Amino acid sequence: MTTSDQPAISARHLVRRFGDFTAVNDVSFAVQKGEIFGFLGPNGSGKTTVIKMLTGLVPLTSGDATVQGIDVRSDPEGVREHIGYMSQNFSLYADLTVSENLIFYGRIYGLTQERLRRRMDEIIQLNGLSPYLNRLSAQLSGGWKQRLALGCAMLHEPSLIFLDEPTAGIDPVARRQLWDLLFDLSAHGITFFVTTHYMDEAERCSHVAYIYFGKVIADGTPDALRELPDVNPEKTYRVEITAPLVTQALRAARTIPGIRSATIFGQSVHALIDDNLSLDHLRAELLNHKVTVAEIRPLAPSLEDVFVELTNKHQAAQEATRG
Amino acid sequence: MDNPFRGFSAVFYKETLHVRRDFGTLFFSLIIPILQMFLLGFGIDTNVRQINTVVYNADGRRESRELLDRLRNSDTFHLARFVNSDKDLNDAIVSGKCRVGIKIPVDYSDKLLHNMSAQVLVLIDGSDSSVAGQAINVTTAIGLDESLRRVLPSDATFAVDMRPKILFNPDSRSPNFFLPGLTAILLLNVTTFLTAFSIVREKERGTLEQLFVTPVRPMGLLLGKLLPYLGIGFFELCMIVTAMRFLFQVPIHGSVLMLAFLSLPYIFVSLSLGILISSKATSQAQAMQLAFLTILPSIFFSGYIFPRETMPKFFYVLSYFVPATYFINITRGIILRGATWAHLWTDGLALFLMGTFLLFIAARRFHNKVITA
Repeated sequence: MTTSDQPAISARHLVRRFGDFTAVNDVSFAVQKGEIFGFLGPNGSGKTTVIKMLTGLVPLTSGDATVQGIDVRSDPEGVREHIGYMSQNFSLYADLTVSENLIFYGRIYGLTQERLRRRMDEIIQLNGLSPYLNRLSAQLSGGWKQRLALGCAMLHEPSLIFLDEPTAGIDPVARRQLWDLLFDLSAHGITFFVTTHYMDEAERCSHVAYIYFGKVIADGTPDALRELPDVNPEKTYRVEITAPLVTQALRAARTIPGIRSATIFGQSVHALIDDNLSLDHLRAELLNHKVTVAEIRPLAPSLEDVFVELTNKHQAAQEATRG
Repeated sequence: MDNPFRGFSAVFYKETLHVRRDFGTLFFSLIIPILQMFLLGFGIDTNVRQINTVVYNADGRRESRELLDRLRNSDTFHLARFVNSDKDLNDAIVSGKCRVGIKIPVDYSDKLLHNMSAQVLVLIDGSDSSVAGQAINVTTAIGLDESLRRVLPSDATFAVDMRPKILFNPDSRSPNFFLPGLTAILLLNVTTFLTAFSIVREKERGTLEQLFVTPVRPMGLLLGKLLPYLGIGFFELCMIVTAMRFLFQVPIHGSVLMLAFLSLPYIFVSLSLGILISSKATSQAQAMQLAFLTILPSIFFSGYIFPRETMPKFFYVLSYFVPATYFINITRGIILRGATWAHLWTDGLALFLMGTFLLFIAARRFHNKVITA
């Protein structure tokens, strides 16, 4: 059924319409075994619909997909048997204890007593849940809830796990711990399909795709995306301008000729500027606008830069075809 | 592999845990029907007795007082007030203080003495039909009896002698008639509400979405949720029947075991109805409203209060679709009439088929939900 050279997920020309609205518009991508695939996009861009299509919850209007080598159209039950899924609100039963939640999901997947006991031991070990076994899941903190939910999703040893915004609303330490765990598991050959809003999480993925209004507008490794010509137009380079009054710096930067675009990133402004505008020249221009500058240095594009650039380009193209 | 009940044992396990964790709620949902039974069982008498009656006795002589005594002794009338004008007689009825007014004319005794027909006016408030009916029956009977006594010689026999014999519940005790029907209503109340929240709660918490991504099948999910509550509903039935038998002294003429067995399909229907409601509702508040909606038809179209035979054709047919109709027939049949399997197996079968049908619809809705979610 599943051969080693097959991708874990292969989506070809997926389309999903709800009435007049096209939620997913000709989406194709492939996720290889052992990858951590980051699926990004703004809210309402079709991320969750794509997950639902791949797990057989939403039928495909057209296109086709195989998950773990199983056709989603003809055997959605078979797909569900071989995947794990963790939803954004960690769907646990609050009035059941940690171990009862695990037992419940184990039985849902039809694990034998013996296998259930072995898997529970493994997962409790791996996720560090042992001190909390008899605690009601309602009493766990967000991070522990999420570990338990992940444990429930992987009891039946799926080699592909879908995580829908796994880190929404949990603290940074728990976020980091979860990612460490994902790397660990991925090293054991488990494939992850992760949706997220956090750019730092996207940077950790081995493969990312960006969906914007139902269309995938970027697909590749983070490094490959940073090298895209669309992101690095000819005769331009990127700089980071660190200034104490960052909004003032942004306003000034947008008026200086030779600066193609500028956005605030924390305490600095990221700008795409023409080759013929040197760093010294830029500093002088900013001083003319009475902006005190702490530091200006060249910068490789971040994934956020990539997505902002591609989104702008996509919007412009759409307006061009419409107008 | 393709087991339509996939996930049943897991869901069953989980639901029994939910019940155990939330024991307080369960306790109250079981004890409240018993309290209601006490209220209604002791508080309601379906026999019409001691109707408040206003009397205008314009005659006032011995014959008229004898007539009033006979009315009083019937136990139907309570001679609450005596007035001295037609206007006061009318007012007492219009104001609602009395439901029956009796006017004995000034020449009542004279007419009787001269063997003429003496007329007595009986005014009846028709706003409650059972009270009015009883008042008409008793006053005409007393009038007839009084006339016969005066016309016939004292050793005469009646040409036709009707001898009515009440077969079941000969004393016409209200609880005997009332409580078997009430059992059906109380049981419906408990069970429908038990399951009405079961699925909508998972919708609200987002756990249903999670279940959809597992291989659990709709029938496995629904039956797993239903069966623990079948046990609870059955326990409730046992409590109600025990209280009925030993606290209210309602004799059970038929087989208690048969009553217990035939209650299972009824509990099954009510639980399936709750599950169907739960699958339709989008919030627990909405589920509550829908569950309440099922109660009134069960009370009024099941024959619990009003006989089904007097309903207009449409509602009579409708009453066949009300599960309580069948179960009231079963409880009254077994408890009051000592009915056996031969009399009641069709009712049991009808309930079982209804429950299966409702559950099937709920499962289909689930299937659709999976697809359009």
